[in-house]
Amino acid sequence: MTLPTNSAPLARYRTMRRIRSFEERVGELFLKGESAGSMLHLSIGEEAVVGMTDAMQPGDTFTTHHRGHGVFLGRGADPARMMAEIAGKEDGYCRGKGGSMHIADRALGHLGANAIVGGGIPHIVGAGISYRNTRSGQISVAFFGDGAMSQGILYESMNMAALWHLPVIFCCINNQYGMGTRVDRSAGNRDFPARATAFGLNAARADGADVEAVHDAARSLAAAARDGRPGYLEIDAYRFFGHARMDKSPYRTPEEEVEGRARDPIARARARLAETDAATAADLDRIDGDAAVEMDLALAHAIGAKPPALSTMFEDVYAPGTPAPRPQAERLAAILGEGARA
Amino acid sequence: MTETTYRDAIRQALLDAMQADPSVILIGEEVGLYGGAYGVTKGLIDLFGAERVIDAPISEPAIVGAAVGAAMTGLRPVAELMYVDFIGMTMDQLANQAAKSRYMFGGQIGVPMVLRTQGGTGRSAAAQHSQSLEAWVLHTPGLRLVMPATVNDAYHLLRQSLTQPDPVVFIEHKGLYTMKGDLDVATPDGAWGQPVIRRDGHDLVILSYSRMLHESLAAAERLAESGVDACVIDLRCLNPMDEAPLIEAVKRTGRAMVVTEGVVTGSVASDIAARLTEVCFDWLEEPILRVGGEDIPIPVSPLLERASIPTATLIHDTALWLVTRKAPPWAA
Repeated sequence: MTLPTNSAPLARYRTMRRIRSFEERVGELFLKGESAGSMLHLSIGEEAVVGMTDAMQPGDTFTTHHRGHGVFLGRGADPARMMAEIAGKEDGYCRGKGGSMHIADRALGHLGANAIVGGGIPHIVGAGISYRNTRSGQISVAFFGDGAMSQGILYESMNMAALWHLPVIFCCINNQYGMGTRVDRSAGNRDFPARATAFGLNAARADGADVEAVHDAARSLAAAARDGRPGYLEIDAYRFFGHARMDKSPYRTPEEEVEGRARDPIARARARLAETDAATAADLDRIDGDAAVEMDLALAHAIGAKPPALSTMFEDVYAPGTPAPRPQAERLAAILGEGARA
Repeated sequence: MTETTYRDAIRQALLDAMQADPSVILIGEEVGLYGGAYGVTKGLIDLFGAERVIDAPISEPAIVGAAVGAAMTGLRPVAELMYVDFIGMTMDQLANQAAKSRYMFGGQIGVPMVLRTQGGTGRSAAAQHSQSLEAWVLHTPGLRLVMPATVNDAYHLLRQSLTQPDPVVFIEHKGLYTMKGDLDVATPDGAWGQPVIRRDGHDLVILSYSRMLHESLAAAERLAESGVDACVIDLRCLNPMDEAPLIEAVKRTGRAMVVTEGVVTGSVASDIAARLTEVCFDWLEEPILRVGGEDIPIPVSPLLERASIPTATLIHDTALWLVTRKAPPWAA
């Protein structure tokens, strides 16, 4: 039997399941000591971002924060190349130079994940100027967390987007935590959509446990953005685990975690698909199993992949064919080496 | 060959680049209707419209950030930072985003933007509008750095900057805008990254750039009257910079000094002196001297401001001291 393929909610379920499986394998990569980065930020619990990525079109571009694996998978990333990048391997998306926090892919419109909170947000303003000036019909979306709601550059960017009628969307994945600080300890007024409307943006907040609600809001914002009316979407979610792998969340109670994890977008989507007869339990189990197998393979690929050659260290600081940084050994030889002294 | 000003040469470079390449846009505070705080972009909004000459709100971080995003998606933005003193506001977008994107993303995403700004003393503009902060830029791999001293370089180095695949920080000097000189749009003074010998001589080498080049040349004329023949080299591009002509000149004369307006500690002068000392050690008769700004914020009083940076007299006296070992009257 073949799985139904024409059902968008089912496709979104599949993508969310793939994201979760991927993130679980990233955790394993770390535990096996195979992760290149000491810093890994998982997006488990935030999979409903697929509602936004599914509202984008080929050619649209985006930037993400440091917790952006789910966004990238939602835009079509190859999990094997992603995992290889996280492991710092040569055939990773960025040749093992960026890792989890700096992954990008021009072909899929990923202009870069960023490890500076809010750092990638103004880039969509520039992309928006490009698309506006060329009437290309593309949009650009910045994905960031609630932590970035406290960064000034967000508001500078929102102001410019509204002022210049740019085809962009600011998408806040509010997982309630900036590292260990819950949002009620960082914001005097938590009505974030009101901040966006104050700048003249279309704004919406959607339940991060309900991917279809996110998608409905995202579709309408994307259509307006494409028309030069920029938007803000807040996905109200919960970060199931700690900030990074070593974080045991001493700043929150087990009771809070149980309650937060009950707001699970995957469980919710699964229940709804079964209720509406869009898929049988067997179909859904098969999707889950396929995702697990796919991500097992991605993990194995990353572990087995080649590390980059040492000589690549000096590549890509500047464009090929332009003056490159001089390796230190070469410089020292020019000072102390044979024939260097008078 | 036409006589024009440093300011108009920069404007001409922007105009010619915008005519030649529709992807070139300008973005910054007061670049449009106002015509630029120092008048560099005057009239360009009338020629190219508000979509290509973008008057931005006073949001320096997002101006540079927007230029980064525009450069990533096919435009060739020239962001204007009204004063280099505001660069601290933009340092994340410049040093963490523009400079590192190509590298972090494995060569996929370049940022071909130019950040035009201006710095330096001379207008009694005080501590937050008079600095020379090029060392902050030079310390960041991924950025190119250019500081033109002449009218012809103001034009050509900007045109060359607008063909670079990587971010270029282009620092003008506020004290040079009204300086007149010859512009030959067909002939640059030198290739990208090449220092230019502005005056040849065999007794010592004075290395400089931007406005200090002119103080160094004035000092060299007075040195000639004192019987000392100075070679004056204009560095022009600080990154990339071909060191070979510098090394050749230092080995030939055995004496060198680096003259900059930036404060000496942690400066471009320090770095160049170190680089040249490393490879020219056996050829040096004397240590390579750094002559730069005093290690203080720039004071507003014109008297104090002038005393805080090198003058032709200081350069002359120091060079004479270096060559003859006769102390100048001001030496304690």
